[in-house]
Amino acid sequence: MTAPLEAAEPAVQAAGPGDERPVRRGTLQYALSKVGGALFSIAMVIVATFFVFRLLPGDPVRNLAQGRNMTPAQLDLERHRLGLDKPLINQFFDFVGNTLRLDLGTSYEYKRPVLDLIGERIGPTLLLAGTGLVIAVSLGVWQGTRAGWRHGGRFDRFSTGTSLVLWSVPTFWLGLLLMMVFGVGIGPIPGVLPFRGIESVDAPDGFAYLLDVASHMVLPCLTMVAVIYAQYLLVMRSSLLEEVSQDYVTVARAKGLRDDEVRRRHAVPNALLPTVTLVFMRIGFVVGGAVTVETIYTWPGLGQLFYEAIVVPDFTLMQGTFMLITVAVIIMNTLADVVYHLLDPRVRSA
Amino acid sequence: MTLLELDDLSVTYRIAAGEVPAVRGVSLTLDSGAALGVAGESGSGKSTLAMALLRLLPRDARVGGRILLGGEDVLTMKWGRMRAVRWAEASIVFQGAQHGLNPVRRVGDQIAEPLLVHGQARPEAARKRVSELLEQVGLPTWRARSYPHELSGGQRQRVMIAMALACSPRLIIADEPTTALDVMVQAQVLTLIKELVAEHDISLLMISHDLSVLADVCDQLAVMYAGRVVEHGPSGEVFHDARHPYSRALAAAFPTVGDPASRMAPKGLGGDPPDPMRLPGGCAFHPRCPVALEECASLDVALWLAGPGRTAACVHVREKEGAS
Repeated sequence: MTAPLEAAEPAVQAAGPGDERPVRRGTLQYALSKVGGALFSIAMVIVATFFVFRLLPGDPVRNLAQGRNMTPAQLDLERHRLGLDKPLINQFFDFVGNTLRLDLGTSYEYKRPVLDLIGERIGPTLLLAGTGLVIAVSLGVWQGTRAGWRHGGRFDRFSTGTSLVLWSVPTFWLGLLLMMVFGVGIGPIPGVLPFRGIESVDAPDGFAYLLDVASHMVLPCLTMVAVIYAQYLLVMRSSLLEEVSQDYVTVARAKGLRDDEVRRRHAVPNALLPTVTLVFMRIGFVVGGAVTVETIYTWPGLGQLFYEAIVVPDFTLMQGTFMLITVAVIIMNTLADVVYHLLDPRVRSA
Repeated sequence: MTLLELDDLSVTYRIAAGEVPAVRGVSLTLDSGAALGVAGESGSGKSTLAMALLRLLPRDARVGGRILLGGEDVLTMKWGRMRAVRWAEASIVFQGAQHGLNPVRRVGDQIAEPLLVHGQARPEAARKRVSELLEQVGLPTWRARSYPHELSGGQRQRVMIAMALACSPRLIIADEPTTALDVMVQAQVLTLIKELVAEHDISLLMISHDLSVLADVCDQLAVMYAGRVVEHGPSGEVFHDARHPYSRALAAAFPTVGDPASRMAPKGLGGDPPDPMRLPGGCAFHPRCPVALEECASLDVALWLAGPGRTAACVHVREKEGAS
């Protein structure tokens, strides 16, 4: 018998109820600090946008002229109209002021306010990319959980393999392939699904219209889901694998919980944490639209708008969509921080 | 009365490279209210032994022999009965200081969980029981609402103990319950375990690499090497007067407090534990043994009588006892 065990006896009492109950920092306080940080980031984005787009090569006025013969006087007039003849610093303050008033300028190409164009296109994008994201996340998390729980089993090998192959496939190639097989039809087999736009030319009204839009969504949605669901599967699978090897999972088993209870109550809630962060970061990009998918299927969304703006090039439109996408990403990251804070007590006390 | 009886227990892991025998024929008994310590290095099979008792080993483990818990064979139980036995009859204290607690759930909920799972209490009564348990382990009741990361290592270990007591089991298996705690906290936790076990008349099976810790808490000691028990006997005798050279090395590895000579020169043991897939022939310990004889490389060692109530698997013991 060793001596310190005896000597330490009185310390037992001292260690007991003596410690003070800590005061918890509120979630609201945390959220406010995160919002402050986000606002600062947005301000930096506005400043950066201005200078980045001024640094781009090419004279916007000459681009607008599109090679037509114009006299220097005409060019100057056009420059004056667009405010490009003012000193850079004045242009900068005009830009910041306008942006804060949500005036994103007028599109060179469409001759309409950028904000209106975005407003028209954001609905279809949210519909397509939002649906795609929900399906991809559900599919990925479900398969990732099953694959991770029965790690190395048949389901694991099959689902992980399939998702990785689909992830490696280029989006445009898969999109064109699906379009050919299900839209155009091969040989004697006719195409069954529409693959152009969001609605038929002679779109019916009411409930039938919803069905029409839904049928137009199938192929672009399928393409999107196939390409992105692997990342949710892989993140969920690997974080579940990590959790399963932890002692607390063995403790849960030792407590007499059923296998599915151990998974549902202990392993999955912990494994979901990294996935939540990933999902929120993706929501930010959803707003930007899936440029490739929208272009292939001529989906009238933001991605297509951005693509057109680059082709022209339409600087104000590019500027506007660029800012929208970055701001969306910042907002979603902030939300991810707050949600994570609610889900993980360890972040709360840090 | 015998509460737990291991009869020729063996555990073999099947991995891609072949079979790994982790436990090779261990027979031990534990009486109601008694405390048995199992000592050994990492890889000696002691933790595998602990996990086997409630069939918590991974799927690739093959378990042989018999484990009788209160007369019932754990290894042939149906799954439903097994789940009912888990925690209600025998619970486990893990290294709570590390990852034994779920990081995103309040400790009160984790203590209450087995009560609810086994239908021993409704949520309201479970809450009261949690407060009771926290008081028993010397924690304030408001700690039920804390998360594991808000507790110190010692407090987390107390929570683990409270959790193990929840369903008033007859047996508590403590797997390295004080590893990763500093010495003072370790002493407090050990005292707590001793008191609670005595107070509630619970049997204790304690696993550790620290022979001095086991000698302090347990009545009986079993020393394991390469999946076998190499020495067994009353703890004081095994600790102070070990008969097997491996037990002697294990006891000498921890300096005796108050003895400067042992502090200055802690005696270690050269070499590494053997690879279980390539165990040496004869006595598995002979390549590291300071007193090995030539015959040790081929002799089949078994647990031989080494005094009243003591056994040891060493040829020197056999010769000595055989002569007297």
